[in-house]
Amino acid sequence: MVDHTHQDIDAATGTPTTGHEWDGIKELNTPLPRWWLWLFYACIVWAFGYWIFYPAIPLPGGHTPGILGWTSRGAVNADVQDLVRQRAEFVSKIEKASLQEISADPKLAEFARAYGRSAFGNNCAPCHGSGGQGAVGYPNLAGDRWLWGGSLDQIAATITHGARSGDPEGHDPTGAAGMPAWSKMGLSSQQIEEVAAYVASLVNPTNADVSAGQKIFAENCAACHGENAKGNAEMGAPDLTSKSKWLYGSDKATIVETVANGRAGQMPAWGAKLDPATIKSLAIFVHSLGGGK
Amino acid sequence: MTLSVEKTPKARHPLPEPEESDALYEARKQIYPQSVSGTFRNIKWGLLVGGMLLYYFLPFVRWDRGPDQPGQAVLIDLANGRFYFFGIAIWPQEVYYITGLLILAAFTLFLMNALAGRVWCGYLCPQTVWTDLYLLIERWTQGERRERMKKAGLPWTPRTLAEAGAKHALWLLVAWWTGGAWVLYFADAPTLVKQLATFDAPAQAYIWIGIFTATTYVLAGFAREQVCLYMCPWPRIQAALTDEWALNVTYRVDRGEPRGSFKKARLLREAGQPAGDCVDCNQCVVVCPTGVDIRNGLDMGCIQCGLCIDACDSVMTRIGRPKGLIGYDTDLNVDRRAQGLAALKPRVFRARTIAYMVLILGVAAAMGYSLATRHTLGVDVMHDRNPIYVALSDGSLRNGYTIRALNKTGSARDFKLTLDGLPRGQLEVLGRKSSGALDVRVEADQTLELRVMVTTPPDATPPQSTPIKFVLTDPKTGEQASRADFFKGP
Repeated sequence: MVDHTHQDIDAATGTPTTGHEWDGIKELNTPLPRWWLWLFYACIVWAFGYWIFYPAIPLPGGHTPGILGWTSRGAVNADVQDLVRQRAEFVSKIEKASLQEISADPKLAEFARAYGRSAFGNNCAPCHGSGGQGAVGYPNLAGDRWLWGGSLDQIAATITHGARSGDPEGHDPTGAAGMPAWSKMGLSSQQIEEVAAYVASLVNPTNADVSAGQKIFAENCAACHGENAKGNAEMGAPDLTSKSKWLYGSDKATIVETVANGRAGQMPAWGAKLDPATIKSLAIFVHSLGGGK
Repeated sequence: MTLSVEKTPKARHPLPEPEESDALYEARKQIYPQSVSGTFRNIKWGLLVGGMLLYYFLPFVRWDRGPDQPGQAVLIDLANGRFYFFGIAIWPQEVYYITGLLILAAFTLFLMNALAGRVWCGYLCPQTVWTDLYLLIERWTQGERRERMKKAGLPWTPRTLAEAGAKHALWLLVAWWTGGAWVLYFADAPTLVKQLATFDAPAQAYIWIGIFTATTYVLAGFAREQVCLYMCPWPRIQAALTDEWALNVTYRVDRGEPRGSFKKARLLREAGQPAGDCVDCNQCVVVCPTGVDIRNGLDMGCIQCGLCIDACDSVMTRIGRPKGLIGYDTDLNVDRRAQGLAALKPRVFRARTIAYMVLILGVAAAMGYSLATRHTLGVDVMHDRNPIYVALSDGSLRNGYTIRALNKTGSARDFKLTLDGLPRGQLEVLGRKSSGALDVRVEADQTLELRVMVTTPPDATPPQSTPIKFVLTDPKTGEQASRADFFKGP
């Protein structure tokens, strides 16, 4: 750095220069205070501390663990446990309270919605969509058309036991009561076309004569969907007069397909996987999406 | 520290030996500032006492905000996200008030700098104030400059050991009190003091007290002028903000030179020859807390505390010469005097200072207005994204919103939530239907999240997007807050 043979000393300050020069501007060689150097050594000593206290040196088959036993997974677990502790007060309240009590308490309901929202994102959103908007074959939870009922208790029951899930307490556990394939149950293609035209007219009224379809409906479909086609939540039979978006579509071609081949959507039973407070919170959250009754 | 801007060409310091200057690092030159008395010293004592009283006792000032609300006038409540300053409670989303405060502080610093250079450094900077206090303790325990220098060169004796022990004990006490006062700004002060005394305080309190005790002890006791010379960025920034009109502590070269002993000067004057007022007594150097010789001109190491002015004035008084050989002066006048021109009066109002004043007043006025007219209630609206709208079974259209109502006062309030812009829209909060206003009760200093549905009947076919407004009203005071959003359809 310093040109020892030709020491250049700045006249104004009496300080030697480094010998570097840019367009006549020279750099003074002002020494740093020695404590800076000591600080630097202290930092190096400090750095050795990491080798001793934290996982550091990779070895065949592992690494030095460090005497603190710190791991990044352990740190995450500690954070999660911390969060669980913070939430414990509200979570235990939710465990004890009924769904109606929770929704009547604004602060508790607010917590349940937030708690339910995150559980929804983790477990439900893949099928029902991030905001519960659903998709073809997966119900829209923000609407008012509910296959298995949209009250708080009905929603909680459906989440816990599922539908056609094999859970004996769930809806239609064996799948025997789903929408049958009427093409194999004695309805001809002609009859299926006629009943589909009738069902389509329930939502989109038409001047065409649908009386033949209405007759077929009364004989075959009304047992589950009801005389007035309003559906039955006990059987998971949808309301066919609803102007809300249908699960598979309300155009005639889709109805023909549904009648001919049947439908039997499934919902898993979450009771074994999620704890009661989470299921209650999910019910509160889903109910708050707007679909609840 | 040799980057001085101006120096008399005939430097009085001998040039450093080349061997010495080759070193990449230099040993610290210990400074033993001598005590001094005078106008600027008194101003500094006043600011020290005032500033410390403010710092140590402000957390104990009480302020009534209502039941279940913190009763501390100045409180940074990190756990609950509130900053209290007397009658003002700042919420996290209002952090721009803090930004405004920082902008005001910055411009005030710039203005001070434009008027009188490093006033901040010399009089108000905590580093200067605490170092002053530590030097006072050092003087009490180990004696004046001369004694301290003498003791430093001698082996330890029981007496000097006891003095040094007393000094460090007092230093640590001050440091501990400094750190202790710091944490009191973050929790209820009287409660925390009790907890600290009974060792019931949270661990963070002890950790922060420890950190601030250590930094105070090290920075004010040991680092001292090294902080100003090597750590602090302000002297560098300050140098870029100053101009020739700013007052700086300066040595009147025209009056002082040629310097010489009092006796020699008298003889010269008797002989009718020119003699300077500077008697080369070195008092200005020995009182300097950063070890600067002000007679060499403006120096980056000079924090402009004015102590050399006091030292020189007392010497001038004693030898019967006029005061002010060292004094506050502008660079412009330093130049003019060198050319034999008359000095100009310092100008307070010039383009730079007026610009700073306008900015300070503007920011302060904007903040004051905003604080005076700010709402004590608020409403935030978030429209559902998925689905944007829902067609219901009977053909009506519904939009979902998440609304947060804010109550920034110390007591619970009953608000009314209404909808503007959608005459046939029905407002619903979790089962409570209403075509008019919805009652919303928000507890003191709280927010409440509401799931709100807006529905239009089947026979109304609103356009794809209708601008609407949610209005939150306090019927008692008539105070309102509103938030615009949209009602979406197919």
